[in-house]
Amino acid sequence: MIKNKINYSHRKYVIGSIFILVAVILLIKLFIIQVVDDSYKLSSESNTLRYITQYPSRGKIYDRNGKLLVYNDAVYDLMIVPRQAKNIDTAAFCKLLNISNETYNNNLKKAKKYSSITPSIFIAQISKEDYGRIAEVLYRYPGFYFQTRSIRQYPMPIAAHTLGSIGEVTKPEMERDAYYKLGDYIGKSGIEKYYENKLRGKKGIKITVVDVHNREKERYMNGACDTLPVPGADIILGLDADLQAYGEYLMTGKTGSIVAIEPSTGQILAMVTSPTYNPNELVGRMRGNRYNELLNDPDKPLINRAISGTYPPGSTFKMINGLISLQSGVVTVNTAYPCSGPESTPIKCTHYHSSPVKLYDAIENSCNPYFWYAFQDMMKAPRFKDTKEAYAFWYNLVTSFGLGRTFKSDIPFTVPGNIPKMEYYDRLYNGVWNAMTIRSLSIGQGEILITPLQMANVAAAIGNEGFYYEPHYIKSFGDSSIAIDSTFITKHVIDINKRHFKDVKKGMQNVFEGQHGTARMSHIDSITVGGKTGTAENPHGLDHSILMAFAPVENPQIAIAVVVENAGFGSTWAAPIASLMIEKYIRGYVKRKNVEQKVLTINESVE
Amino acid sequence: MRSKTIIGKIDIWLLIIYLALVVVGLLSIYAAAYNEDFPHIYDMSQNYGKQLLFIGISLAVGFMILLIDAKFFNAFAYIIYGLSIVFLLLVLVVGSKISGSTSWIQLGSFSFQPSEFAKFGTALALAHYLSQIDIDVTKIKTRVTAYGIVFLPMLLVLAQGDAGSASVFLIFLLVIYREGMGGTILIIGLVAATLFILSLCVSKWYVMIGLAVIFAIMIVLINRTRQNILKLTALLIIACAFVFSVDYAFYHVLKPHQRTRINIVIGKEKDTKGVGYNLNQSMIAIGSGGFSGKGYLNGTMTKYNYVPEQHTDFIFCTVGEEFGFVGSSMLVLLYLALILRLIHLAERQRSAFSRIYGYGIACVFFFHFAINIGMTIGLVPVIGIPLPFLSYGGTSLLMFSTMVSVFLKQDANRINIL
Repeated sequence: MIKNKINYSHRKYVIGSIFILVAVILLIKLFIIQVVDDSYKLSSESNTLRYITQYPSRGKIYDRNGKLLVYNDAVYDLMIVPRQAKNIDTAAFCKLLNISNETYNNNLKKAKKYSSITPSIFIAQISKEDYGRIAEVLYRYPGFYFQTRSIRQYPMPIAAHTLGSIGEVTKPEMERDAYYKLGDYIGKSGIEKYYENKLRGKKGIKITVVDVHNREKERYMNGACDTLPVPGADIILGLDADLQAYGEYLMTGKTGSIVAIEPSTGQILAMVTSPTYNPNELVGRMRGNRYNELLNDPDKPLINRAISGTYPPGSTFKMINGLISLQSGVVTVNTAYPCSGPESTPIKCTHYHSSPVKLYDAIENSCNPYFWYAFQDMMKAPRFKDTKEAYAFWYNLVTSFGLGRTFKSDIPFTVPGNIPKMEYYDRLYNGVWNAMTIRSLSIGQGEILITPLQMANVAAAIGNEGFYYEPHYIKSFGDSSIAIDSTFITKHVIDINKRHFKDVKKGMQNVFEGQHGTARMSHIDSITVGGKTGTAENPHGLDHSILMAFAPVENPQIAIAVVVENAGFGSTWAAPIASLMIEKYIRGYVKRKNVEQKVLTINESVE
Repeated sequence: MRSKTIIGKIDIWLLIIYLALVVVGLLSIYAAAYNEDFPHIYDMSQNYGKQLLFIGISLAVGFMILLIDAKFFNAFAYIIYGLSIVFLLLVLVVGSKISGSTSWIQLGSFSFQPSEFAKFGTALALAHYLSQIDIDVTKIKTRVTAYGIVFLPMLLVLAQGDAGSASVFLIFLLVIYREGMGGTILIIGLVAATLFILSLCVSKWYVMIGLAVIFAIMIVLINRTRQNILKLTALLIIACAFVFSVDYAFYHVLKPHQRTRINIVIGKEKDTKGVGYNLNQSMIAIGSGGFSGKGYLNGTMTKYNYVPEQHTDFIFCTVGEEFGFVGSSMLVLLYLALILRLIHLAERQRSAFSRIYGYGIACVFFFHFAINIGMTIGLVPVIGIPLPFLSYGGTSLLMFSTMVSVFLKQDANRINIL
């Protein structure tokens, strides 16, 4: 049956070769895209993997007695995925959310404009109460869900400047530290800023695999590459919340500040600046607007006067001059100088007392001529080659009290104030000057400027009889294994004999307890207080009322500085306020309601 | 008793390759359409469950074919072919439109694709025609009839708007070539394809300058008789005319989406959102499989629906992503084994009908496999034809299986042919 045709069976090789050739081409291309070229792998990952940041809870802040000052509260953002939001009973939904139909439509439009598949915020920061009510029935409304966010809350509306606030990171902040991503929060001021690295904890990451509609489908590698967030460290401050609150209460309506330090540690017990604001106002969505309001307030409530207000220390500075004169050896407790009261030259005395006057009485009466003579004698002391050497001696001891410099501490933005350098006078007087030229230094006027914080630190150093610690906020971390900065527990010793401190302290005790003491009206039963009033001359208006003090004298638990701006004599306003603070701290409550009442009612007269 | 002997005689290698491809197909569809709510592979509500059903039907039909007399398909070749033509005409009237082309006939809950059936019919008819005793392919009349058998269903499928399926019929030219058609047509085809791609990639003027240069070189080299020069000049003119018409056809005949698909392959256009989206996602899926793949059911691109049509035309992505280069090259080699086995078996047939039919289906499988995989890795434009035995779909699986089982029957029966 098979006919004699031309046999074409060799063509099977041609056809077979074509098949093999094509298969080889396919294999080569497959090899290129699967093995040689890596870019497809990366594209696949960017397509399917989503990196979800797990935010750690920020560390809480407590006061020295364990009172909660700052914690995190959950707020709820209602999120929407427009594409999934279908068949919504709009009327019922609006009623549930308590919004108008118009708001609903506007928000929906906004969300759609952003993206129809990526979630966006529909209504931000819904309260816990509303959240509970809405969440219960939210299942009826597909495409909506809640996202929890955390905001800082302050149970007591105090210490706004100390605690500081957090806010969204700015671009420069992100550039400085790659940890931060757009929308993250960062400490902007105060404790929140200084301890940002400890408080923030460590973000975790959850990697999920999403489908083409961006829906989460599974954990990437069953979570093997995920990291858990590490909560931030809690911080315990040296602050006494009740004392702080009381200080703010006393200062309402006045301009000025109070700084209280625990002398044995350098921890800040209270730092009041007035006027102030409620820290809860700088939280979440209202932060921006409220911040601008505060920024533009003519009373400048955002300024922390306790650390950045600089004042001439006035008579309070006489304590340092007295100590240095004693240390120089030209003066002893028995050295007496004449005082002619208002007739005295070159500096007159503002108080009436017997003459001649010795150290204790000079302190009690805040006698200007005594401290001028003592200063002059010290500057001319035979042990010094010349005035400049004497001035160097004086300058070194003054600055060893922490004056004229900023503190290396967790208190941000401390300012140095001013203790004039020798070169300054050389320039000013062409190198020719003496004690007489710089006499205002003897009574704490002239070029000297110090901050309330520095003044409180001087009080602590005198109370401690010759040493202090860098003033700081922190007491410890909640996790005791984290050590606080060693500079905060390094003792600064002042090179003045302890004996002289005891003498000056005795004089300062007389200020409160002596017959003529300038603060005798503010003396407290059963609590010994040493202090010194001051009246800082203010060329712009009424003098500033100033006082520094420590108590109890024998073993000081609190050192304090009070400045009330434009309030006149130190004895009038600063002294009662300081004494109330001391009583409150040591006794735990205030017995002298009349004094408290007086301090509170003078608001109007001060204004 | 007779069936037992038949089963004993069938080619076991071809059967194994066929079954292997079907199983790989089922597992790939399971992976591509995987839904954790319905994890059972036999779940009828899911595509993999349906595919399992199609496999069952295909195997049953295949078994029945083995029982039918071997001469039946030769004898009924024209009738089956005629039936497929009727279906193709019918679909133009009552067909339902699915993704742009009218190629489906709805039968209750199942739909049927006549173009798949037509490939089988054409393979039978061509084999029947060319195997006639007094046939001589060198005769023009024979060739024209053979072309007619191929082009009639092709034009009808083209009329449905399914250019991809229509292009499959072109591969039957290779069968005619095997049976004696002049080799020049293949060379002309190759030259034409080269000119086509060249004139799309670079300006038609450059192509013609190139042709002129080749012409000049030829003139120098050949024996410059008048006749030869005339012949060459004629060729040059035809080639230039072809380049012009390609240019014209590309911009005036092709639909915009077809133009884009071609442009993407030759690298003239980058379109990752529209038409190019499929291809881009498909290449990412396959490319991300790497050397050894992400593991079965771990292909995130395919599992989570990044690749459209991934259980049908783009089923190869699942293999590429989950089994990597190792798996995809093994699959390519499996297909190569299938078609080489087919032509090897075809060559040993005593009956010309069986041989030609064997070549016919080998060529169909070759075209489908090469174009489909080539399309998923960006070698050829996106043409919507299934990957044999792997792509989800009842008609294609049933028809491809039928093609194989008819050949198995012919092969098992070859001894009985005198």
